[in-house]
Amino acid sequence: MPEILLREVLSPQIVRLRIDAPVIAKKRRPGQFVILRVHEKGERIPLTIVDSDPDIGSITLIFQVVGKTTHMLSKLEKGDNILDLVGPLGKPTAIERFGTVVVVGGGIGAAVAYPIAKGMKQAGNRVITILGARNKNLLILEGELASVSDEIIVTTDDGSYKRRGMVTEPLRELLEKGKINEVLAIGPVPMMRTVSELTRNFNVRTQVSLNPIMVDGTGMCGACRVSIAGRIKFACVDGPEFDGHQVDFLDLQMRLTAYREEEKQSYEQYVKLQGST
Amino acid sequence: MEKKPENKKKIRPYRVPVGERAPEERVKDFREVPLGYTVSQAKDEAGRCLNCKNRPCKGGCPVGIDCGGFVAKVHEGDFLGAVKLVKEKNLLPAVTGRVCPQVEQCEGPCVIGKKGTSVGIGNLERFVADWEREHGIVLPAKALPTGMSAGVVGSGPSGLTVAADMIQLGHAVTIYEGLHEPGGVLVYGIPEFRLPKTIVAEQIASLTKLGVEIKVNQIIGRTLTVDDLLQIHDAVFIGVGAGAPIFMGIPGENLIGVYSANEFLTRSNLMRAYKFPEWDTPMRFAKKIAVIGGGNVAMDAARTALRLGATDVSIIYRRSREEMPSRPEEVRHGEEEGLRFDFLKAPTRIVGDADGRVVAIQFTDMRLTEPDASGRRRPVPIEGSEHRRDVDTVIVAIGQRPNPMIASSTPGLEVEKRGYLVVDEGTMATTRKGVYAGGDIVGWGASVIRAMGDGRRAAKAMHDYLTLTP
Repeated sequence: MPEILLREVLSPQIVRLRIDAPVIAKKRRPGQFVILRVHEKGERIPLTIVDSDPDIGSITLIFQVVGKTTHMLSKLEKGDNILDLVGPLGKPTAIERFGTVVVVGGGIGAAVAYPIAKGMKQAGNRVITILGARNKNLLILEGELASVSDEIIVTTDDGSYKRRGMVTEPLRELLEKGKINEVLAIGPVPMMRTVSELTRNFNVRTQVSLNPIMVDGTGMCGACRVSIAGRIKFACVDGPEFDGHQVDFLDLQMRLTAYREEEKQSYEQYVKLQGST
Repeated sequence: MEKKPENKKKIRPYRVPVGERAPEERVKDFREVPLGYTVSQAKDEAGRCLNCKNRPCKGGCPVGIDCGGFVAKVHEGDFLGAVKLVKEKNLLPAVTGRVCPQVEQCEGPCVIGKKGTSVGIGNLERFVADWEREHGIVLPAKALPTGMSAGVVGSGPSGLTVAADMIQLGHAVTIYEGLHEPGGVLVYGIPEFRLPKTIVAEQIASLTKLGVEIKVNQIIGRTLTVDDLLQIHDAVFIGVGAGAPIFMGIPGENLIGVYSANEFLTRSNLMRAYKFPEWDTPMRFAKKIAVIGGGNVAMDAARTALRLGATDVSIIYRRSREEMPSRPEEVRHGEEEGLRFDFLKAPTRIVGDADGRVVAIQFTDMRLTEPDASGRRRPVPIEGSEHRRDVDTVIVAIGQRPNPMIASSTPGLEVEKRGYLVVDEGTMATTRKGVYAGGDIVGWGASVIRAMGDGRRAAKAMHDYLTLTP
């Protein structure tokens, strides 16, 4: 079972783990993810691979505690093992030398934005990163993203840090100035939708990374199906990245609510049981 | 000239019925439906065999089990001899005795079936397999180590067969399974009430006892490629199943409450969602369910839905009962348990509420055309017959297409136009040297025993390749 080599708390609800997984570390490319399970009766959840070190044989994951599985994962310590870990899954990001690339990361989406920005930089692009979060506490990877970007713009919704407002404002300014060849947007569905609508007006190709509910993650169940230009695609094998101008974001947002009640129930029961022991 | 005193005895034309749990009881849980023959029932049923010389039953079996031979041994009470005879050809009799489409295979050409009902070969196979399970599974002998090694991709019926054959022939075997539990479709697809998971686990345990290594969480095509495996092993077998569920392409298919049968069954079987919240994976416990399709997978999904507490489950099939590809026994079981069958109907739209949850399904009635040149009657819509029904879940069970992950990551591995791997029918060799394939990924239609037949032929060819190639 893969062992946790390092555990770091990035913010009260966000944790970074470095995990011993030599084969995945060697194979993985930006944009790919793993599926993991933390206990015998556990669900399978997908998490993007943030970084890897093929020499040490480790991969890095970053996640926000949003339910039972991520809560349990956040409680694991250095030296603990992950029960099941499979990957790398999904298609890698289409990384080419486009010219000037804007990478937009919102909230925990920064964890997905980082490997893409890094890959784009290594491919010789001029990388401008726009990093946004609701507030200063939820902002992650600013230093890492800055290190792989030619320019970084940071926004917080509440103005608690750097520029106040949404990521779309600086993006609009960049688009208006012109000569943006490619935009990548990763974050909450409404953010990716707004970004895609904006870039459509400027006719700039935009890739988004989708995060639907998955079960097996290998193309077998179709739970992660998304509507792309009116056709069904499976995010786990056809994605997770798609042309933002073709994604039906409302469909995705709706499907993400499928088990909201059950997710709440499962988490509450878990927290209650934790409290009573 | 062989003496056949048995033939002079008056043979009962009808089969000894196998005990089954009462529908109203069994539909409340996931335990197995048929109880299996008792010793005396099995002997009685085996006594109905005419012991024909030309053994049409054997010819009907995709792996060539000497059915008449083992049935005769059951009649004599030599159960160990019977199970040994079966296992010469089939190492998973407890599985196939339960899930084979016997009606189309061994039992189909049975001579006594022409006048009454055929000998219950499936029930008898299950009987001898269960007898062996109770008395301790006898592990087969292994040949001396050859120093050769085979990699097997997928731990479903074809992969398990290849692994069993290759390990007995003296080769080292490693199975690579993508999910976190081995067994493939036997675990994620076929429900507990038709194939108890302990039986699958026992069969797999007997392989690991023989020395087969099983690595879970390995997606071949991603974690490792076929070329990586060829660096580790001397030959590779691909038995990954077809993989990707097909949807209908009608409006509303992404609504919440529309499942592929694969997803529905995977949530319930592999992820044990029926035990939510004790187990983490949730699923919708719906009341009114429409299952689209007429095969075994549709029947499995529908009968699972009943056990999850649905009150109104209907099978929607665009042809009529006669064309249903499902095992007749499953249809009968489903009917007894309260499934509704709607033949000659095709869905045209799924309707949702403001939150995107399924509330109804719309159909059109169909009629069958006169048989075409191939003898097949095609369903065509009857104009103006649209109607709708209130449902809260729709399960789509209309088949699968091949997952392209392996083909697209393996240079030189040819696929036909639908994406199935191209293989030589006799040897199951793919277009890559040392790489063989079988089961649903070669696209010859879905059945556990056919996949096992593929595995059997592939193992033989792999053995020849490893031992005869200079």
